[in-house]
Amino acid sequence: MSKILEAFNNKKAFIPFVTCGDPDLDTTKEILRELQANGADLIELGIPFSDPTAEGPVIQGANIRALKNGITTDDIFKMVTEVRSEITVPMVFMTYANVIFSYGMDRFFEKCKEIGMDGVILPDVPFEEKDEFVNSASAYDVDFISMVAPTSEDRIAKIASEAKGFIYIVSSLGVTGTRTSISTNVKDLVEKIRSVTDVPCAVGFGISTPEQASQMAEISDGAIVGSAIVRIIGQYGKDAPTHVGEFVKNMKSAYKAS
Amino acid sequence: MTNKNGRFGVHGGQYIPETLMNAVIELEKAYNHYKDDPEFNRELTELLNEYAGRPSRLYYAEKMTKDLGGAKIYLKREDLNHTGSHKINNVLGQALLAKKMGKTRLIAETGAGQHGVATATAAALMGMECVVFMGKEDTERQALNVYRMRLLGAEVIPVTSGTATLKDAVSEAMREWTTRIDDTHYCLGSVMGPHPFPTIVRDFQSVISKEIKEQLLEKEGRLPSAVVACVGGGSNAIGTFYNFIEDKDVRLIGCEAAGRGIDTFETAATINTGKLGIFHGMKSYFCQDEYGQIAPVYSISAGLDYPGIGPEHAHLHDIGRAEYVPVTDDEAVNAFEYLSKTEGIIPAIESSHAVAHVIKIAPGMSKDDIIVITISGRGDKDCAAIARYRGEDIHE
Repeated sequence: MSKILEAFNNKKAFIPFVTCGDPDLDTTKEILRELQANGADLIELGIPFSDPTAEGPVIQGANIRALKNGITTDDIFKMVTEVRSEITVPMVFMTYANVIFSYGMDRFFEKCKEIGMDGVILPDVPFEEKDEFVNSASAYDVDFISMVAPTSEDRIAKIASEAKGFIYIVSSLGVTGTRTSISTNVKDLVEKIRSVTDVPCAVGFGISTPEQASQMAEISDGAIVGSAIVRIIGQYGKDAPTHVGEFVKNMKSAYKAS
Repeated sequence: MTNKNGRFGVHGGQYIPETLMNAVIELEKAYNHYKDDPEFNRELTELLNEYAGRPSRLYYAEKMTKDLGGAKIYLKREDLNHTGSHKINNVLGQALLAKKMGKTRLIAETGAGQHGVATATAAALMGMECVVFMGKEDTERQALNVYRMRLLGAEVIPVTSGTATLKDAVSEAMREWTTRIDDTHYCLGSVMGPHPFPTIVRDFQSVISKEIKEQLLEKEGRLPSAVVACVGGGSNAIGTFYNFIEDKDVRLIGCEAAGRGIDTFETAATINTGKLGIFHGMKSYFCQDEYGQIAPVYSISAGLDYPGIGPEHAHLHDIGRAEYVPVTDDEAVNAFEYLSKTEGIIPAIESSHAVAHVIKIAPGMSKDDIIVITISGRGDKDCAAIARYRGEDIHE
């Protein structure tokens, strides 16, 4: 069984995202400890890319900061190796196709297995292009996470039928970043997915408040929060871990309240 | 020569967010429907002929030929098109297609501003809204084109992310498209990006080689020995090559921007310095570091200042059908001045890269050989930058 499913076992999952190496890898480690301590059920680790075309300004900024520090994919593998024994929740990488392709598919996923990464999210690899990645990922027991968008419509059934780990529901049109409201009928997307598969689905893009998170988790199986956390890291730098912990704690308590 | 899912050999594909997938599928369906539609083609031909001024002339550059003393040189004058470059060929096609699809708004990226100006022009003509993304650095290098686009009614958005050049303008246009799809067509300017763009843009630009073939057969009764064009993303080059691909005796030569040289980091010569990767919706060759981070590239030419190349070019390179050669800033500037003085034609700095290579190879070729150079655009827009390159500060 996929380890990712543990995150959804009889509970709504809270899934935070952080860009590795922003502001530095020691701080990232400390943030991971805070995320787990305050109730993260699954953690998304961003491997920075020079041109993250699915990201809004906040996460773009984090990518640039990390790359300016000279962070490489190998540095991130090393960081995960050092911290993985303490972090017991499932973890997935979020990055772009070229980061993996240039590293070498098999070499990348073999490393993922070795250091205990459970999945990978690639926003620039849709259903039609996934086989090249999935073939290699599944050989090393790494789940390729599929995405469903408000525009997916007739594509939902085929995407859901081949999904592994969890399904990432993109809440809104556009790129990542906080939004004051989410107008998409997410519930409708969830129902279409559930008619095809039991793979859990979590909602991301634009979730920044405890109310939004609990509301999205309520109608799906979990909520993903990226930009709101990355913004805190951008603001506090090396002092960010406790602030991030506090933020996650508030998010999780909204879950329990609902 | 497009395979399933828009592959050219291993290159091409559709590496884009799920949010955009139905948009490109809808575009492909519409294109397949209209490309053989007589009414669509009648309208497009009329626009190309009556509005853009096609066919463009195939001009025998007699003075240049005599001066170089080798192959006979013809210039395909895309610089004489309305808006001053080959970009209008593709834009009129895509704008007409978008209109048929019920879209009311065009978005585009631009480097030197030629594609942005062409898109703004088509939008004005067809009564569509237009937003152009342009790297902030390029808005400064090409201030006149920014003014032209605004004059035509387009909104120009300076892009400050990344290196603030063409690649970032493409990224920003893609981001904008994911935000607003229903009424918006992304009018991509080159033979790049996700399928079906490389095929659509190539088809609309292939009028260049179709005309070269007809015109040269009429003038000389034979095919050229070589056709030469500059390559950034590669739209004027694929337009120049396409109808000669099956004519194996015709050499296809693409001239890449080497910037300060392919042995320096200040280059944009993708085939000569890049490696296979996935970016901006396609698998192709890209300038990148060992971890796949896209490299900041450099060329004096804002239109060639791009870290990738279209997938069909990557394939033509793989199978050895086309040659891709590097041309430095210095060689291009010399050619810019050479053609101006020799033939009274000021070529775009992009096209000057092709002229520069012909200056190198023509003298070594026989007088029976024929070379056709595509002058993809006119050089008025570059005069201030070239003056600066020569140490003269003039105001636009």
